[in-house]
This record gives sequence, C-alpha cells and structure tokens, in this order.
Amino acid sequence: MTATGTFIPAPGAASLPRMIGAQTALETRMLLRNGEQLLLTVVIPTLLLVLFSAVDIVDTGAGKAVDFLTPGVLALAVMSTAFTGQAIATGFERRYGVLKRLGASPLPRWALMTAKTGSVLVTEVLQIALLTVIAFALGWSPSGNPLAVLLLLALGTAAFSGLGLLMAGTLRAEATLAAANLVFLLLLVGGGVIVPLDRFPDTARSVLELLPISALSDGLRDVLRHGAGMPWGDLGILAVWAVLGLGAAARWFRWE
Amino acid sequence: MRMDPAVEMTGLVKRYGAKTAVDGLDLSVARGTVTAVLGPNGAGKTTTVETCEGYRRPDGGRVRVLGLDPVREAAALRPRIGVMLQSGGVYAGARAEEMLRHTAKLHADPVDPALLIERLGLESCGRTPYRRLSGGQQQRLALAMAVVGRPELVFLDEPTAGLDPQARRTTWELIRELRADGVTVVLTTHFMDEAEQLADDVAIIDKGRVIASGTPEELCRGGAENTLRFSGRPGLDLASLLKALPADSAAVELTPGSYRIEGKVDPQMLATVTSWCAQHGVMPDRLAVERRTLEDVFLELTGKELRS
Repeated sequence: MTATGTFIPAPGAASLPRMIGAQTALETRMLLRNGEQLLLTVVIPTLLLVLFSAVDIVDTGAGKAVDFLTPGVLALAVMSTAFTGQAIATGFERRYGVLKRLGASPLPRWALMTAKTGSVLVTEVLQIALLTVIAFALGWSPSGNPLAVLLLLALGTAAFSGLGLLMAGTLRAEATLAAANLVFLLLLVGGGVIVPLDRFPDTARSVLELLPISALSDGLRDVLRHGAGMPWGDLGILAVWAVLGLGAAARWFRWE
Repeated sequence: MRMDPAVEMTGLVKRYGAKTAVDGLDLSVARGTVTAVLGPNGAGKTTTVETCEGYRRPDGGRVRVLGLDPVREAAALRPRIGVMLQSGGVYAGARAEEMLRHTAKLHADPVDPALLIERLGLESCGRTPYRRLSGGQQQRLALAMAVVGRPELVFLDEPTAGLDPQARRTTWELIRELRADGVTVVLTTHFMDEAEQLADDVAIIDKGRVIASGTPEELCRGGAENTLRFSGRPGLDLASLLKALPADSAAVELTPGSYRIEGKVDPQMLATVTSWCAQHGVMPDRLAVERRTLEDVFLELTGKELRS
C-alpha cells in the first residue's frame, strides 16, 4: 500500500463550544427521533391537558380546570424530559457503550453532561411552547411573575436531571426503563399534577408535598394561577432535591 | 517525530475481584508500526488495550501511551488516539453517516467523512438506524470513527471479528494505508492470518502474560525446524535418504506414501531430496515446503487451539 496522505496524523480536539454544540444537537435529534420518548414528553402531557380540561373527571376545585391543570402539566413535561426520558436514554447509552466510546473522544465528560442538559432544555422549550399554545386555546389565563416561573423550571430541571442520571448511572438499563416509567406514573398521580393534593389524607399529603414534582407543580400553580410572589418553600424543596440528586449522581454514576 | 515508543507497558497487572486478567504483561509498540496482540478469548487482550485507552486503572506496573499516563493525563491523550471498541459505542437511533460526521466534529482537523464512507462501503447504510445495521456495517462504522480524527495512534479491538471476507480485506487495506501514512496501529485479533498479513510485530498473550513476541518471521522461524512434505509410492527406504541429509534431520512416513522430512530446509536440502528421489525413480508428488505458521507457534506454546 502506498501512502495516500489521507491519514497523516493531525490530531487535536475541536474547540469546546463546537464540541458541546455538536453534542447537544445530536442528543436532541436522538430524543426527537425516538417514538417512545415523544409519547412520554409530548403526547401524554398534551392528552392530559386536553382531556381533563374538556371533561370534568377530577374535581380541580374552584375556577377553570385549565387554570389548575396547565401548571401541573408543565411540571409533568419537565419531569418527563429531565427525569424519565433522560434516565432511559442515558441508561441505554451506558448499556450500549455510547458513554464509554465518547469517553475516549476529545469531548470531556463535563462537556457531555453540559450537552445533555442543553438537549433537555431545548426539548423543554419545545414542550412548553406547544403546551402553552394549547392551554391558551383552552382558555387559560395565567398571571404572575415570569422570573419565578423560570426559576422553578430551572431548579425542577436540575432536581429531575440529578435523579434521572443517578438512576441511569447505577441501575441496569432494563431496570431503569421499568423504574423510570413506574416513577413517572406514580408521580403523575401523587404529585399534584392532575389530582389536587388536598384530595389525599393529611399524613400522605404532608409527605407527598415534599416530592420534587409536587413542589414544582405547586410552585407553578401558586405563581401562574394565584399570581403569588416567589414561592420560596417550593424553590427550597427543589434546591434540596437538586443538590442531593446531582451530588449522588456525581458520586455513584458509572460510565460502563 | 520523537522516537520513543508509542506504547510502553511494563509489568502490567489488572485484577477484577479475585480474577487476575493481566498478570505482569510487558509490551512495547514502536511508532509507525502495526502491532498485533494475539491470543484466545479471555487471554487479557481487551484489558490490555483498554488500559492503554485509559479505561482501566492498572493494579500494578507502569503504562505510558505517547509518553503520557493514560488515566492521569487522559485529557491530553484522548485527542491524539483513535479507539475502536469490540462492540457498540453508537446511539441506537443514529445513522452511520450522522454518527461519523458527529465524531469528525469533535476533532480539529478530521478526515472528510464522505471519503471514509466511500472507502469502507458505508453508503449502503443509508438512513438505517445503527441498531438495525448488520454486524459488519457496525464494525466498519466503528473503524471509521476510530480514524476520522487523524490520530497518531489507533487501538482496534478485534477489527475484523464477524466480517465477511470482502469487508475483511477492505479493513486490511485501510490498516495498511494507515501504516503507510505514519499512523501507529495496535490491534487485537484471534486470527493468525490477520497478524501474519498486517503486523510488523506480534505479541502472543495467554492467561494475561506475553508468552512470545517478535516479528511474524521471527516467531515462525524459531523452535521446531521447517518441514518438507511429499507423496510417493509407499515403503521408501528413508534410511538411505537420511544418510544424504545433514545429521540433525528426521524423516518419517506419516501414512503409507506420505512423507515428512524435518530439518533446515534450504536449496541444498531440497536438491538432495529431489536427486535422491530421481535415483530411486520416485516422482515426489505434492512436494511442499512448509513454513511454521503463527498457529503452529501458538499450539506449541500453549498446547491448545486458538480459535475457540
């Protein structure tokens, strides 16, 4: 074989912004191409919003059902992407050696995690845009401080990402798939998304209120429905979950 | 270019729980060469290579890759090496071209992905997601991903396992081209012919140790001498042939009419045998000089079949 010059060594990493940008774009494409992920992140929240707004199945208390439901469904959308979707996708990436192979590429691990977060945020923006349009069509009339909403969404994303990555990095991929879906279902019912927490007995309620999904849906509802100021209690709960979840994931995440 | 070795490994030990996967392994890979790490399944090939790639932290010994510690100096090393894992490494839903283009984007001065797609016959993958590609297509994509960043050194873990003969040949050609362009290649294989075809140096490992190393020629030369075989009529008087040959030669009739002569096979020996045949009116049918293959070397060293 004569030398063609094609492979003359010229090694080197691309710039960090370029690598993170490319990785974010790829992760987002993978997510949006996956049918099961779309079911979880788009179809289920949309159906719940439309169905429960139109049909009086659950007693959502005084006022329009859509004003109660929209904050809950937004919280659910965040959970579906940052927790369930990210846990399942990352679990299988670990199982199929994707994380391992990327570990040998010039992309640093922290940059991979940054890209994953970027892809979660892009997906959330798309979800929230879609759900907001639908909610307005259903007669939603939100109020409140947009900054408080952004802060809740950001801390909620951090809390759910930590828990999702902890699960993906410690359990087998199949176990993550089953557990992430189960948790999604349980928190959908018991996290104040479509069923108000005051429908539960007091003892159960005081525990359920500490869940990240309850804090996020309750905080969003306080702001968007009642025009409350900064929901510090809920933000505090989310911050604790974020620190615990991300800390545990950083400590125990296994790449192979 | 500095001429210190691309890989320098001395006394590598790696244990997984109670099991010792690598047990005092020494390996040196010269720059610009192709080195084959040869051994049966479970010999420690993958552990050895993955230690070089920084995936495994050695329990003992010293490893330097391009002069760097693969674990502590991983950030400096990784942009300079190319890695092909034994399997996987690609998003289940990604398309071949998409994944290769992405890998190229992580490097400063990559090879044009379109060129690699064409060279490795990956056009046929089209828009099929990775999980539905054939094993051979997945292997070739992993190879393309290992070389697209123009590394100085590539590690290929069983690059031709499961390939059809044509794809295997394509892979061999690419490895030869890498070498011609000055890339150092370390590959693992359990195919003898692959090591003989491609490698400048071969390290045969078994039970976590190097049991023989050298060029393929060196390995095949040493030990038992070369062999000459021929067929003729049964019951030839081999004693008279042995008188004509050097003292340390041996001759046996393996089965009636099938003969094997062992000794230093050179033109003189061949002439002696054929003229003896002529004197005895024997037509030496299927006359063949048999070189020891790496397979023979391995069998002698370990007493077991390599392809298991």
